Amino acid sequence: MKHVATTSRVGRPGIAWAVPGVLFFALFAVGPMLLVVYLSFTTWDGLGSFPSVSGTDNWERLFDDPTMRQAVKLSIILTAASWLIQTPISLLLGVWSAGRQKNRAVLSAIFFLPLLASSVALALLWKSLLDPNFGLIAEIGPWIGIENGNVFADGTSAMAAVAFVASWQFIPFHTLLYQGGARQIPKSFYEAASLDGAGTVRQFFTITLPQLRNTVITSSVLMVVGALTFFDTVLILTEGGPGTDTTIVPYLMYETGFQAYDMGYASAIATTLVIVATAISLLMVRISGFTAMRSTREGM
Amino acid sequence: MRTAVQGPARGGRKGTRRHRAAALTATALAASLVLTACGSGGPGEESSDAALEVWVYQDASVTVQQAAVERFNEKSDIKAELVEVPGQNYQDKMRSAMGTPNAPDIFFNWGGGSIANFVEKDMLVDLTPELKKDTEFRDSFIPAILNEGKIDDKYYGIPMRGMQPVMLFYNKKVFKEAGVEPPKTWDDLLDLVDTFKKEGVTPFALAGTTPWTELMWVEYLLDRIGGAEVFDRIRGGDSSAWGDPAVLETARTIQDLVDRGAFGNKYQSVDYDSGAASTLLAKDKAAMFLMGSWEYSTQQSNNPDFAKSDLGWTTFPAMPDGKGDPRNVVGNPTNYWSVNSSLKGERREAAIEFLKTTAEEAYVKDMVENGEVPATTDAEEQLASHPAPDFALSAYDLALDAPSYTLSWDQALPAQQASPMLTNIQKLFNKQLDPEKFVDAMKALK
Repeated sequence: MKHVATTSRVGRPGIAWAVPGVLFFALFAVGPMLLVVYLSFTTWDGLGSFPSVSGTDNWERLFDDPTMRQAVKLSIILTAASWLIQTPISLLLGVWSAGRQKNRAVLSAIFFLPLLASSVALALLWKSLLDPNFGLIAEIGPWIGIENGNVFADGTSAMAAVAFVASWQFIPFHTLLYQGGARQIPKSFYEAASLDGAGTVRQFFTITLPQLRNTVITSSVLMVVGALTFFDTVLILTEGGPGTDTTIVPYLMYETGFQAYDMGYASAIATTLVIVATAISLLMVRISGFTAMRSTREGM
Repeated sequence: MRTAVQGPARGGRKGTRRHRAAALTATALAASLVLTACGSGGPGEESSDAALEVWVYQDASVTVQQAAVERFNEKSDIKAELVEVPGQNYQDKMRSAMGTPNAPDIFFNWGGGSIANFVEKDMLVDLTPELKKDTEFRDSFIPAILNEGKIDDKYYGIPMRGMQPVMLFYNKKVFKEAGVEPPKTWDDLLDLVDTFKKEGVTPFALAGTTPWTELMWVEYLLDRIGGAEVFDRIRGGDSSAWGDPAVLETARTIQDLVDRGAFGNKYQSVDYDSGAASTLLAKDKAAMFLMGSWEYSTQQSNNPDFAKSDLGWTTFPAMPDGKGDPRNVVGNPTNYWSVNSSLKGERREAAIEFLKTTAEEAYVKDMVENGEVPATTDAEEQLASHPAPDFALSAYDLALDAPSYTLSWDQALPAQQASPMLTNIQKLFNKQLDPEKFVDAMKALK
C-alpha cells in the first residue's frame, strides 16, 4: 500500500493504469481463447443453435489424424526453414545497413518496401511470377534447376516457394530489428578492437554478434511464432496443395473451420497451436537466458 | 452503407494529426451507424416497415438483380434492399450470418449442399405450397433446373441466374492448323491428344492448383461411364457408392489421360482464378478446355478477338460401353433465391412476391442482354438478343435436352465432404494417389 502511495505521488504508473490494456487483452485475446478451448470439446457446424458437447472426440481424432500429423511435420519444417533463411540474411543486412553512409540509407529504404505491401498482394504477385507458362519462372526456371517451371508439382518445391515468399516478405522487418540493435553498440568497442588489430570479420564475431544477443532472441521468437501461425501466403499461393503437401497447421485449421465447417475439430487444432506456440516461445526465452535481463554491456 | 464506410477511410490517409483525429471519429461514427443499420434491418426484429434484406453474390451479373429490386419497390409497400456481398467470401459470410439477427431475408445460393445445413436446422421457407398454388410460376422454369433447388422433395430455391453447364471449349485455329475436327467419341479424343502432342500444343488446358476445375473431368467421366445414378446414390448419403466399379474406372481413365500427356507436363502449377488456364487456350498454347459456360463471357471480356473468331464449343464425348446418356450434363444448373424462415406474415408474403420477379419477362430480358442463359422455358425466343446468340442457344439446348443435369459435386455434397473430396481429386491428378487408394479415400468421406 505504502509503495502504491509513493508511486502515485510522483506520478508514476500504478496498477490502475494497466486496466484498459488488461481489459482489452481479456476481451479480445483471453476470452476468445477460452471459448476456443470450450469449442474443442463440442461438435458445431457454425450455424445458429448452440454447439453440442461431444467430450474428447475431437481430441482423440486429432491424435490419429494423418493429415494433422503431416501438418505438424510441415509446420516444423517451415519454421526451421524460415529461421535458417531469414536469420543470417537479416543479421548481415541489418549490421551492414547500421552504417551511417548515405547510399546505405537509400538502399535500406528500398529493402524495407516488401514489408509495406499486404501479404495477400505479395502472394498474388509471386503467384503470377511463378506461373509456369506466363510467369518469370518460365524464363529463369531452367537456369536454377526447376525444369519447365513447374514449382507447385511436388511438395518439396511448393514448400520451398512458400518459405521463399515468406522470407522475402519478412526479412526487411528483421533487418530493421538488427539495424536498430547494431546502432546501439558503442563505437568505442570497435575503436578499441581496431587498436588491438582486429579485422572486420573478427570484430563481427567478437563484438557485434555477442552484443546483438538479445536482438537475436527477440527476432527468433517473432520468426518462430510467425512461422507457426503463418497462413495467408499458403492460402493464396498453394491452397495447401499439391494434395496436402503444404497444408501446415494454421491452414488445416482454416480448412476445417471455414470450408468444412467443422468448428469443434478446428478449435482443437487451434488450441494445440496456441499451446505449442506459447510453449516454444517460453522455452526459447528460458534457454537463452533472456528472462534474466542481463545486459550485454556488463562490465562496461 | 458502402459509401459511409469508404468515406472516412479515404479521409484517413491525409497526413496531419487533426485530419486523422477527425477521420477516426468519422470511422467510429460510421461503424456505429453500420452496426445499427444492420441490427434494425435484420429479421430478428419484427418492425414491419423495415426493408427486406436481399443478399446477392457480387459480380458482373448483379445488374439484373438491381433492376429487379427497383421494379419490385415501385409497386410493393414493403421494400427490398439489395446487399451485394463481394464474391470470394460470400459462402463464409452468409453462413456466419444465418441464425443471427444480421441474417439476410432473401439470399443467393447454389442449392444442394450450400443450403442443406440450413434446411436441417429449419432456417428456410418451404416453397412447395407456393409452387403448387401458382403453377404458372412453377412452369415458367425448366423442370430439371427447378428440381435442383429441391432438398428432401421440397423446394427451397427459385432459379435467379443463368444456367452454367460445363462444356468442352476448343480453339478453332489450332484445330484447323492440325487439320482435325472436335472429338465426337472417346477414341477421337485420345487421337487428338496424340495429334496435338506432336504439334507441340497442350491438348487440354487444366488448372491444377484450382481443384474444382479438375473435378469437372471426374464428374463427366463418372457420368459417361456409370450414368448419373452413381452420383445420385452418393449424394443421397450412400458413401459405399464410391465403391462402384465406375468410380475406379473413372480414376483409371484420369490417370491414363495424365500419362498420355493430355494435360501437358506443368498443369499442376496452373491457376484458374488468375486467368492462366484460359489464356493458354486463347494464346493457341492449348487446344481444348473443359469449363463452365461462363468461360465464354470470360474470354469475351479478356480476349474479345479470340472469343469472336476462334472460340468453339462442343459436348463431352461418350465413353465406349458407357452406361451414361451422352446428352447428360454436369455443372451448376443455376443459382437460387431462398427465403429465411424467420420472416413471418406479410413480410414473408412480400418476400415470395419478390421471388416471382425472376419469372417476369423484363427479368429474363435483362439476363439475356447481360450475356446469361436463363433457366426459364420461354427464354428461347429471347436468346436472339444475347451478345452471342449461337453460343447462348447451344448452351440453352444442351441444358434443356439433358435427361439429367448433375449439380457440381462440391456444391451438391455437404461442405464437410466437399473440401476433402477436392483434395483427393487433386491428389489423383498429381498421381499422389493411385486409383484404388483414391476410391478408398472417397469411401472414407463422412
